Amino acid sequence: MNGTVAQAVQSLLSIDALTISYEQRGHRHSVVHEVSLSITAGQVVALVGESGSGKSTLAQSLIGLLPDNGRIDSGAIRFNGINIAAWNQRRFDTIRGSKISLVPQDPGVSLNPVRTIGAQVGEIFQLHGLRDRHERDERVLDLLARVGVSDPTLRFSQYPHELSGGLKQRVLIAIAIALRPQLLIADEPTTALDVTVQKRILDLIDDLRREYGTAVLLVTHDLGVAADRADRLVILKSGRVQEQGTTADILSNPRSGYTATLLADAPSLATTILHRPAPPTSDAQPAIIVEDLVREYRDGRSAACFRAVDGISFTVPKGTTHALVGESGSGKTTAVRTLVGFLKPTSGRILVDGLDVASLDGESFRQFRRTIQLVYQNPFASLDPRQTIAEILNEPLLNFEPIERRERKRRVRAILDRVGLPTTALERQPRSLSGGQRQRVAIARALIIEPKIVLLDEAVSALDVTVQAQILTLIEDLQRELGLTYVFVSHDLAVVRQIADTVSVLRQGRIIESGPTATVFSHPAQDYTRELLDAVPGPRHPHPLKLARKVPS
Amino acid sequence: MPPGLVLSWVVIAIAVSWAMAPHWFTDYSGTIGLSGQQRLPPSATHFFGTDELGRDMLARIIYGSVHSLSGAFVAVSLGLLAGTLLGLIAGSSRPWIDDLLMRFVDILLSIPPLLLALSIIIVLGFGTINAAIAVGVASVARFARLARAEVIRVRHSDYVEAASGSGGRYLSVLWRHVLPNSLSSVIALAALQFGTAILAIATLGFLGYGAPPPTPEWGLLIAEGRRYISTAWWITFFPGLAIVLVVLATNRISQSLRGRSA
Repeated sequence: MNGTVAQAVQSLLSIDALTISYEQRGHRHSVVHEVSLSITAGQVVALVGESGSGKSTLAQSLIGLLPDNGRIDSGAIRFNGINIAAWNQRRFDTIRGSKISLVPQDPGVSLNPVRTIGAQVGEIFQLHGLRDRHERDERVLDLLARVGVSDPTLRFSQYPHELSGGLKQRVLIAIAIALRPQLLIADEPTTALDVTVQKRILDLIDDLRREYGTAVLLVTHDLGVAADRADRLVILKSGRVQEQGTTADILSNPRSGYTATLLADAPSLATTILHRPAPPTSDAQPAIIVEDLVREYRDGRSAACFRAVDGISFTVPKGTTHALVGESGSGKTTAVRTLVGFLKPTSGRILVDGLDVASLDGESFRQFRRTIQLVYQNPFASLDPRQTIAEILNEPLLNFEPIERRERKRRVRAILDRVGLPTTALERQPRSLSGGQRQRVAIARALIIEPKIVLLDEAVSALDVTVQAQILTLIEDLQRELGLTYVFVSHDLAVVRQIADTVSVLRQGRIIESGPTATVFSHPAQDYTRELLDAVPGPRHPHPLKLARKVPS
Repeated sequence: MPPGLVLSWVVIAIAVSWAMAPHWFTDYSGTIGLSGQQRLPPSATHFFGTDELGRDMLARIIYGSVHSLSGAFVAVSLGLLAGTLLGLIAGSSRPWIDDLLMRFVDILLSIPPLLLALSIIIVLGFGTINAAIAVGVASVARFARLARAEVIRVRHSDYVEAASGSGGRYLSVLWRHVLPNSLSSVIALAALQFGTAILAIATLGFLGYGAPPPTPEWGLLIAEGRRYISTAWWITFFPGLAIVLVVLATNRISQSLRGRSA
């Protein structure tokens, strides 16, 4: 970039050909390669990339928080024209918090659990020389009110565990903006939060930026969020900038092939629907009937109990996909776990393929596994780290009546091929596979015993967008070919819209709205459903590229 | 491999080869003394000196290694097998069985290990193997505790649920998934316990509860030499050094095992 030097004068932050490497077992490997970008005052720049693209490393380097084995090899970071790349920790202390501050990724682990909210927010004033306790408390209360914390005086004396995730993130934002820094680095500030909360937090950051004129570097994997909020986008892949420019330019006219793929894969309410509606089957009996299902959790010693699922009913016709959507704590995971029989219902009836799940026990229950299978959210946790892929896929077959060795081998290869993995994967262990490949293995394991029904519990939520799109396509294809029935649990309405025939919206253990996906999404009857839909980032209508041209204010 | 770890493996390799083929490493006998050569200080003919009966100390240590190592091996195997089994049952059974087994383990833990080992020897009778069994029983509780915690952690993981979800029978899931995944830290404890067991067996030998004289068991060597400590320091020093080096080496190896499993 020729303009970098000239820009550096006027820009708040300019990064020039920055290369960062990590040392591992004596080897040094670069994770950020000659990245250049700049941010002017009051601007929002989004750094977009998948996991492993080096975006967090880059963000950490800006405030001197690289891990011990990380090192800036070359390049410059100019903040207000001064190169801070080679600064030591002591010098960074003079600008951290006051000039540049950070909103960390996971609010759950970023607050000190043994100190009150008031003390933690007050600390930043104390560190920067505000000695008077009374005045400090005053400032803290103002600040908490400013970031939209309800009832600041109460929160002031509470501990982090008494606050929800969204509130904790507000507190962290309060700490970050306390001294009105010139630059706010928000490292995936909403990834750990529910969609509706996510929207409110991003709105807050937007408001604060307008009010204080703070520049924001938004680090995110979610192109939808970036497109909604940023003035400029920097697309990062494997530590290299693929493309950068104004949001409108990139969205309407992506020059790099990678950006185009990201755009196409990002689920939003505008992307084309993958799902072809299932043909009506002559079979009148639905695959799943749930009637008035209740599941309570009893709290250890006290008699108090909590209804995670509170009287839900739905039916899923054969060969179709039913989605359960809702925020965390809405009871959707409890519902599917009851459906596969890992949890016993407190009351209500579940019929799976004509079988009453409650009537099963012992051996009949084991045989029931061949009808219904569950695919887990996290493919890093759902595969035994000690087994090879071949062992993982053979195991379900060995659990039922003996199959001849050669036939077993054939079936394992067939399913592996079906989920799009090479046969060389058979001898490998899960740890040498990527997240997407692992999820393919998990799907193969579920399908190898030829179930009729597959429950997908947030099965694509832990994956990067491009991989997510591939897995969704796979799930779609498998349904068409094998006539599978799916129950798809997700918090992500954009994904649900792509693949579900019918949908139930859950809130606090109850179904508040249900029906065909298209109807529910285009004419939501409940405010809550509307709120969920509004919270989905990214363009809202088909032809996203044209409509996204509107320049964010 | 870091140099300290290499050194540890070298120490263990030497101790093990001494135990397997002591006569390759020394021409002297471990039990029969040479007249006129009592309490000689370390020299070119006797590297570690001789004791009060004219026995070569290096030969005594070399011939004694089999007692310490096999004793520790028996003790650790017993603790590992019994403890892991107990932990596996406790961690995977109904709450009342778990409670029952764990209260038993609590009782075992509340008795000082040496006292427990001494009581067991009094019941079983004296001897190298009995001392080893006593030390093993005293370590069962630690293994059981750790194994149970690991089993409970692994049992609640997604892949174990997925295994029973794909039709696995209870016992086969336990055997195929829960046990192998719980073992890595238990094995690291076993390596650590190996050092502790050598020390405990030497302690019992020193107190006279282990192998009877003239067995050249390391603890007994120290006990016999302590009468001459002011005039012939080498009789206690070299067996002590052998114990320290072997225990340090097993601790270092255990640490590396734990690091790998984490």
